[in-house]
Amino acid sequence: MKNIAKKTDAVRIFDAEMMTRALRRIAHEIIERNGDLSGLVLAGIPVRGVALVARLVADIEAIENVKVATGVIDVSMHRDDVGTRGALSVVRPSQLPLPLDQRTVIIVDDVLFTGRTCRAAMDAISSFGRPACIQLAVLIDRGHRELPIRPDFVGKNLPTAPAERVRVRLESIDQEPDGVWVLKPKKND
Amino acid sequence: MTDKTQSWTRKDLLGLRELSAEEIHFVLETADAFKQVGTREVKKVPALQGKTLVNLFIEPSTRTRISFELAAKRLSADIVNITAAASSLTKGETLKDTARVLEANHADIIVLRHRSAGAPEFLASRIGASVINAGDGAHEHPTQGLLDLYTIREKKGGFAGLHVAIIGDILFSRVARSNIFALLKMGARVTLVGPTTLVPRVFEQMGVTVSHRLEEVLPTADVVNLLRIQHERQRKEYFPGLGEYIRLFGLTKARGKLLKPDCLIMHPGPINRGVEIDSELADGAQSVILDQVTNGLAVRMAVLFLCASVVKQ
Repeated sequence: MKNIAKKTDAVRIFDAEMMTRALRRIAHEIIERNGDLSGLVLAGIPVRGVALVARLVADIEAIENVKVATGVIDVSMHRDDVGTRGALSVVRPSQLPLPLDQRTVIIVDDVLFTGRTCRAAMDAISSFGRPACIQLAVLIDRGHRELPIRPDFVGKNLPTAPAERVRVRLESIDQEPDGVWVLKPKKND
Repeated sequence: MTDKTQSWTRKDLLGLRELSAEEIHFVLETADAFKQVGTREVKKVPALQGKTLVNLFIEPSTRTRISFELAAKRLSADIVNITAAASSLTKGETLKDTARVLEANHADIIVLRHRSAGAPEFLASRIGASVINAGDGAHEHPTQGLLDLYTIREKKGGFAGLHVAIIGDILFSRVARSNIFALLKMGARVTLVGPTTLVPRVFEQMGVTVSHRLEEVLPTADVVNLLRIQHERQRKEYFPGLGEYIRLFGLTKARGKLLKPDCLIMHPGPINRGVEIDSELADGAQSVILDQVTNGLAVRMAVLFLCASVVKQ
């Protein structure tokens, strides 16, 4: 372990092909779990969750020939830590197809960690209406939950140490090849 | 891990002069998100839950105060309104002491309207709470400037190359100053129009054009922003008289025909109908006066959210 940490601080978990396969499997699972795709909304959390929604929608369309509805949930104004976080990134407008009443909303994000973002997203969704069901799909579940939240669809379960960071890159946003890495804290001595 | 380098680091909003074009753009983008909140079934978000906002209005105002109050309520903040007549300032307490008392009551944000230029800056440097300038003398009215810019951006898509005419009482107008600072930074061209006493040539030093002939400016304007004649700030020698003002600088129905068909008509309110503008134009298709009010709410939510979100020492 010590050797690895000295040699490199980034361990690759997914390359582009592995990510594509993981997303395709999630798409299959979403179809299997939700019979009626017409009532489905895939709602991404900016920015990478939104990009993942586009991938999942394309996968579902390729499999079932149905184009499912999409949305965006920006959780910035629903967080419980306003004034304690550092730099703010711009808040984006949330958008969901209305009414939500008969629909199933699947929250899509890249990394699930403490669960606080997901809680804020559920809170945001409820200000739009009362969906029949809310589910959660994530590319990486890295553990360390601080709330009773559990994902319904997972690309990969990735046990991590709290100090580690998970780095997700998507070509459509980051202009570099798709991939997931674990960044270990560097040893200074 | 950050995908955007732009950010917001100010606990206070004192004026638009000190903001960069990037910061102005950041506020406008944030306001987009808050404008969307107004279309939800629940038009309220918990962003400022547990925070206390004080509207400290030492100078009378209804629309700005109500806009801030609604903005704070939609952000779930607790809110207290203090007007000049009801404050201890009438008993001789200084502004600084009033603010310190508010801070001792755990106020997180103070929205200040004051007749003296620089009063918000004075407070901001002395207390830890966020200070939002809601108009200080003839200096700045940053949230009005931002909501004017937001409305222009919403209707015109941007600022580059736009010709904005600001008409009327420029000398006494904090709205004009905030607009001028911000519009020039965002790449618009600004012409000020009014009588020589209220629009002196010295304004050209700010980088704007000064004109005393309304008819020459109207045909090329993409936006006309009409300012209210501030009777309360003026002495007689500045003002030619109402009849003469209307004759020379009122946006009458006849002058409205000189405007481009897609020229926006703006007014920060309250309108003096028949003085700055005829009713036909104020209520016409080119008028975005009520859009300004709606956008003011979104912009103020964004400003409160951003300033309150800055980590304080």
